[in-house]
Amino acid sequence: MWKWTEDDFKNAGDGQLPLGKYTDEWAFGDVEAGLKKADLVLDETFMTQSTGHQPLETRTAMAYWQNGKLYLHGSTQSTMQTVASVARWSGVPPAQVVIVSEYTGGGFGSKIPGAISMAIPALLSKKANAPVMMRITREDEHFIGRARPGVLARVKAGFRKDGRITAIDMYAICDNGPYDPQGDARTAGTTISLAYQPEAMRWRGLTVVTNTPPKVSQRAPGGMQGVGIMEPIISKAAKKLGLDQVEVRKINAPAGKAPFGPLNPNGTRNYVTSAFVKEALDKGREAFKWEERKAALASGRTRGTKARGIGVAVSPFSGGSIGFDGLFIIKPDGRLQIQSGIGNLGTHSVFDVHRVVAEMLDVPWEQCDVVFGSTAKNVPNTCVSAGSQTAHAMTRAAHAASTDAIKKLQEIAAKTKGGNPEAYKVAGGKVSGPGGSLTFAQAAQKAIELGGKFDGHEMPEDINAFTKTSVKALAGQGLLAVARDSYPRDGQSQSYVIGYAEVEVDTETGVVKVIDYTAIGDVGKILNPRGLKGQLFGGSMLGLGHAKTQRWAYDQHYGVALARRFYQNKPPTILDAPLNFTGDAVDIPDPETPVGVRGVGEPPVGAAYGAIMNAIADAIGDEIFRKSPVSPDIILDALENSGKRTHDALTAHL
Amino acid sequence: MAVIRDIIPAFELYQPTTVDDALKLLDRYRADALVLAGGLDSMDWLKDRLKRPKVVVDLGQIAELRGVRELNGGIEIGAMTPLTEVVRHPIVREKFSLLMEAAELVASPQIRNQGTIGGNVSQDTRCWYYRGGWNCYRAGGNICYADTPTALNREHAIFEADRCVAVNPSDTAPALVALDAVMVIRGPSGERVVNAEDYWIGPGIDITRMNVLAPNELLVRIRIPSTFAGAQFYFEKVRDRQVWDFPLVNVAAAIKPNGANIGEARLVVNAVAAKPKRLKDVEAAVVGKPRNEETAKMAGDMAIVGAVPLRHNGYKVPLMRNLVKRAIRGSEGGTWTS
Repeated sequence: MWKWTEDDFKNAGDGQLPLGKYTDEWAFGDVEAGLKKADLVLDETFMTQSTGHQPLETRTAMAYWQNGKLYLHGSTQSTMQTVASVARWSGVPPAQVVIVSEYTGGGFGSKIPGAISMAIPALLSKKANAPVMMRITREDEHFIGRARPGVLARVKAGFRKDGRITAIDMYAICDNGPYDPQGDARTAGTTISLAYQPEAMRWRGLTVVTNTPPKVSQRAPGGMQGVGIMEPIISKAAKKLGLDQVEVRKINAPAGKAPFGPLNPNGTRNYVTSAFVKEALDKGREAFKWEERKAALASGRTRGTKARGIGVAVSPFSGGSIGFDGLFIIKPDGRLQIQSGIGNLGTHSVFDVHRVVAEMLDVPWEQCDVVFGSTAKNVPNTCVSAGSQTAHAMTRAAHAASTDAIKKLQEIAAKTKGGNPEAYKVAGGKVSGPGGSLTFAQAAQKAIELGGKFDGHEMPEDINAFTKTSVKALAGQGLLAVARDSYPRDGQSQSYVIGYAEVEVDTETGVVKVIDYTAIGDVGKILNPRGLKGQLFGGSMLGLGHAKTQRWAYDQHYGVALARRFYQNKPPTILDAPLNFTGDAVDIPDPETPVGVRGVGEPPVGAAYGAIMNAIADAIGDEIFRKSPVSPDIILDALENSGKRTHDALTAHL
Repeated sequence: MAVIRDIIPAFELYQPTTVDDALKLLDRYRADALVLAGGLDSMDWLKDRLKRPKVVVDLGQIAELRGVRELNGGIEIGAMTPLTEVVRHPIVREKFSLLMEAAELVASPQIRNQGTIGGNVSQDTRCWYYRGGWNCYRAGGNICYADTPTALNREHAIFEADRCVAVNPSDTAPALVALDAVMVIRGPSGERVVNAEDYWIGPGIDITRMNVLAPNELLVRIRIPSTFAGAQFYFEKVRDRQVWDFPLVNVAAAIKPNGANIGEARLVVNAVAAKPKRLKDVEAAVVGKPRNEETAKMAGDMAIVGAVPLRHNGYKVPLMRNLVKRAIRGSEGGTWTS
């Protein structure tokens, strides 16, 4: 039990979080020495708000039982991975669970493996021996749809004259909600350690159980909060030291196998697979015309009642996992039937990752049929669609399965036409070599005749049990390609997005308009340019919403939710979108994955959140706000008070 | 508040085709009836199961309640005319563009297609305690949950609070007051005409109602006289989100110049009190003065005299001051060209 006293708050100073108990701690380097040798030390408190996930599709689910199996139609981020969770929640063996989810209208981390409420129609339909649907209203969604935990943090950061960060000392409190502990405060710390590569850092955290609806990961969980907490401090330091905002981020940027997070027990630190953040900062500086805008603002930030400002922010987040299975069949009609266990969230990853198959086998994409949306369709072991891991993990799996297909095609050709398998090449929808060529249709026919590993009657040992069941069901339909991603990876896959924003603040109304926004990704090789832009834009809008309007409001006495509808909790609308949006990436392949692709879903959120708040501060002052959203009331109140914050910086859910 | 809020409670649906039939139904069912116009306000109440009327009287089939027509140099708008139709009407655009601007800033295009002008002006308050089903003064109880030391009242009143601190959220209402409109109301004993300014009532008059309509009366038409036709207008709505949001504060002004000075002025602000607030003192003070920064500043400062902010809505005082200033100034007061 920990309780701050009135004196603690008084001694901490107005708006500063008193340091207190912590339950979790990590550190590396000598923080005290780092702060001591710094030319500038800033010590600031910032509060990021809790926010409901607010997917457009609520978590309605429908269930029925057929031949002893549970068929569950529901809204989930991940198709294959929802089997285990629904099985666990409903007490039904996984082999008896079929998940059907063809299209999902958003999850943002709140439906990673479906939702626990799915167990209710699952069990009721068994009792009723009839289909049961449980509809979830928008208001229900507020209460059971979960929310991003707000993080309240105090950061002391030391800077050298050239902007290099010598040390960071961070104390963060996670507004956890009632149930299982959320890692947001901790991830906020590791994100900061990666984005700004401090020479020394101490992170201390306290997770506080709060009597609110439950919280859970939300797109860039902890990462977005970390960026929002640290970015205003970086911007303020740059101004105090007379440095360019882009340069100060470049001098601190991660590069190559950059380390991050705590010291491991063996004294080493984890590091990333790659980082091209400096390149992304440069690309963004050019695309956004940073120097021109900076020069234009140098002659004055205000025209009458309109003040403009620019901001930049660096936002890393996890970008890929490993070890999943790829599975497809070359059918006797020559078409490729690709089994996809990925959830269809509208990000297009359910299809895009399989373009690797078409590319490696050199067939037109139009010749591929992607089977998705139901675990009754025999899909392979697939990652959850969360943590921005799918594009990375499943391109690797697709690469592994394609490699298996090529090997099998070569062997079949050698068996049929003679010669060495290695002498045969796969190209143009055929496998050709010294003895002649086979079309894919012929090879598939031959695979069925040969049986064994060629048509899936035998399978590799190392594939997942779930995949094995699917292979068994699919065996005998053609040339079956299946393999586990066992490619090496040195480091942890992290992606990065740099946000550049220009805003216009109306100093008489407090209304903020985002004039221009540029998001540049360091997300590996670009998998699909349109998908990239969609993710950059969508993620940026979520960050924009957190910066400007989106809120979570609870009556302080009764503890009852007040902002339950869209018009009350205020996620951003299309007319709040930047007037101009540019999205692009450095397009440098990640060296630790065969296809070079990393994920892009999450890092745009923190980038927009940080860059827009920095731009607001640039326009009207660094002391206007110490929490988000930076709504018109916060701005007007501060402007009426000579640019100094009047809002309560330490009370959440207002 | 663990209640099932999905399918709306059962009711008898009546779809009369004449106003007289509708009035007979209202007279017959009185407190058991709910009047349905565009449904944007009513459906929330029904879905939340906070209102459980036995009877719903849908005005959607009454042709005589729809449409805009010219009347003695002014216009008359049927109460069931969708906001989109009001916005698009050539005479509204030509002579009363203040109303066009106000109506066009309501909610979203979809809501404006469905929502009616009668509904927009007669809608209930959006106080989140009251709309959340709390048994407050306005709901017939004996406490205001929005006006306690711990209440969240960022969107509430800074003027004329009387036990209840809810505000009127309409965008078209202040424009209609500024245009000197009158509301034509029909009841069992015939029609009566009420000045727009007197259509809305504060909690001091009746804490459970936002306007003067009796349960057996309907707002049938809104008349805008020629008084301010083609005058200089200013409308601005400040909201958190740029679509589908209620005003934090809005302002409507109609000004007739007299030479280089202000000849006649109407200034109305909404979302600061339970009814649109007409600023008569400010109107009188600006007459005869030039429309410049000095007059604007004086008007703004005068407008907020007597404002009593709550814990979280102090910003509404400078916001209202600045909006009134802008209304007199006639512009937002700053632009960037690039």
